[in-house]
Amino acid sequence: MSEPIIRIQDLKKIYRTGDVDVAALRGVSLEVAKGDFVSIVGPSGSGKSTLFHILGGLAAPTSGSIHIDGDDLMALSDSGRTNLRRRKVGFVFQKYNLLPTLTAMGNIEMARYFSENAGPLDQSFRDLLTRLGIQDRLDHKPRAMSGGEQQRVAIARALVNQPAILLADEPTGNLDTENSEKVLGVLRDLNERLGQTILMITHNPEAAAYGHRTVHMRDGRIVRES
Amino acid sequence: MINRLVLENLKHRKLRTALSALSIGFQVTMILSVVGLSQGMLNDSINRAKGVGADIWVKPPGASVIGLSGASMPQKVLGFFQAQPHITHAVGTVIQPYAGISSVSGIDYKEFVGLSGNFRFLQGGPFQTPDELIVDQWYAEQSKASVGDMVTILNHKWRICGVVEPGKLGRLFVPMARLQELTNNQDKLSQILLKVDDPKNTQSIIAELKKIEELDGYSIYSIEEFVSMFSFNNVPGLRAFIWVIIGLSIVIGFLVVSLTMYTTVLERTREIGILKALGASPMNILNILVRETALLAIAGWLAGIVISFGANWAINHFVHSNLQSEITPDWWPTTFAIAMAASLLGALYPGLRAARLDAIEALSYE
Ligand SMILES: Nc1ncnc2c1ncn2[C@@H]1O[C@H](COP(=O)(O)OP(=O)(O)OP(=O)(O)O)[C@@H](O)[C@H]1O
Ligand SMILES: [Mg+2]
Repeated sequence: MSEPIIRIQDLKKIYRTGDVDVAALRGVSLEVAKGDFVSIVGPSGSGKSTLFHILGGLAAPTSGSIHIDGDDLMALSDSGRTNLRRRKVGFVFQKYNLLPTLTAMGNIEMARYFSENAGPLDQSFRDLLTRLGIQDRLDHKPRAMSGGEQQRVAIARALVNQPAILLADEPTGNLDTENSEKVLGVLRDLNERLGQTILMITHNPEAAAYGHRTVHMRDGRIVRES
Repeated sequence: MINRLVLENLKHRKLRTALSALSIGFQVTMILSVVGLSQGMLNDSINRAKGVGADIWVKPPGASVIGLSGASMPQKVLGFFQAQPHITHAVGTVIQPYAGISSVSGIDYKEFVGLSGNFRFLQGGPFQTPDELIVDQWYAEQSKASVGDMVTILNHKWRICGVVEPGKLGRLFVPMARLQELTNNQDKLSQILLKVDDPKNTQSIIAELKKIEELDGYSIYSIEEFVSMFSFNNVPGLRAFIWVIIGLSIVIGFLVVSLTMYTTVLERTREIGILKALGASPMNILNILVRETALLAIAGWLAGIVISFGANWAINHFVHSNLQSEITPDWWPTTFAIAMAASLLGALYPGLRAARLDAIEALSYE
């Protein structure tokens, strides 16, 4: 078997707020192979988002070891983490998080700009836009789009730089059943057809079932897998 | 791409963008108006001095060129000048300041036009009685005055007998003898104007005049020397005043942009978090805000120039007789630098704050 794209060993993250230390992660170990689709579930405050923030280079780990696609995240500086965000990961959030003043295409172009991904969009990305069903919505600003459309634009934006991993933090948390199914279907399709590695946080067991496997977290630890 | 984001951001808050640009604009206008007024008034004085046509100007000891002072030179010194070779005309005038920045010129009509040539009358004609007043067109327009109207100046009632084209010596002319009498300056003059037979001889004539013992202490200028003294540097306090205006406008510009950018950053905290999640570095964030500020400053500067044209027109239209203003394009680059510097300084703190924002906290900002 090839080298896993994510390798985490005994990862800890301690937030220091004033005099109190909050241990958000208390020793997480996890391996994810390229092309895997992992669902992460667990009660509120169990450290799921914190794990994503570290994987995505938004926060620095406290101790342990963590590698993504060969990069040692423990060794990364602030600018190293900026580069990680530019090239290795794509984020999808519960609240879509599109830039409100830009059109759908503007949002996508912005992500391309930061990773210096210039030139015309390639055909495979154009096909992706069609599969996402947003090819006709690209000139619209976020407020002119439905939640489901916005989330699909966010997915396109997260994938435009061909990241090694896609991190989706409760991507369907704000969507109705119909739109949730559409978005989850898109994620499964991306995983199956393009081999996109995906990690997805969810509170919904039905959504979790879209993944190949489900990781259960509690109190900053992984308690079991199913 | 950054530029598109910057433009869209500015468009998104049109009113705030317009108001901040306007406040920057008014600072630019403030500077341009002060400078335009200074230059306009100096140039108007120069034009009126040149318009007389005298080759040499004589001022009494201790009198400044620009300051308005009453008559202090004994009328009999006129005789010295008239006796000199090459001097064809020697004419005394009295300049009497009144009501702050205005002044009235006392002339001996025959002598004065003998040196200067005839006034060009738009209405009426020369003095017929000692209590008549000739006004120039600017004064007439601003005061809506015309021939036959009575005007009180220096507690004396004058009847307007003529309206003339502007650009000769002063704006208001009265018979010199009456003015001397009213100001208790009988037989005193403010300045003496000389015309020489050949302007080429002016310098040698001045040199001769300066040798005369009785004229010791008198200031004797060729017309070129005389008008060269109407400059920024020779008006007491003008330079300092302009510096104060520039300083104030920098402070105000700084404050306005600080506040605008500070609220912008607060309001856009979440968007800054999104940009960071997309891979924006702190420099990228600062860059976006700096460009936004620079655009505001440019828009403000352009607005300021447009407003200064309006202010210029208003001054020259409504109060042309008291104040003269000019458009001063040579100050445009300076005001650009001032607007830009004040704005960028103002954006510095909010910009650094935004650049340093923690991405996760910013993303969870409501
Ligand atoms: N910036 C922070 N400073 C201090 N404590 C934090 C910070 N971020 C998270 N925490 C704490 O870390 C713990 C884990 O939070 P995290 O957001 O990872 O939970 P989660 O599993 O994503 O929960 P949810 O399902 O509600 O999203 C919580 O106790 C939270 O209060
Ligand atoms: Mg969470």
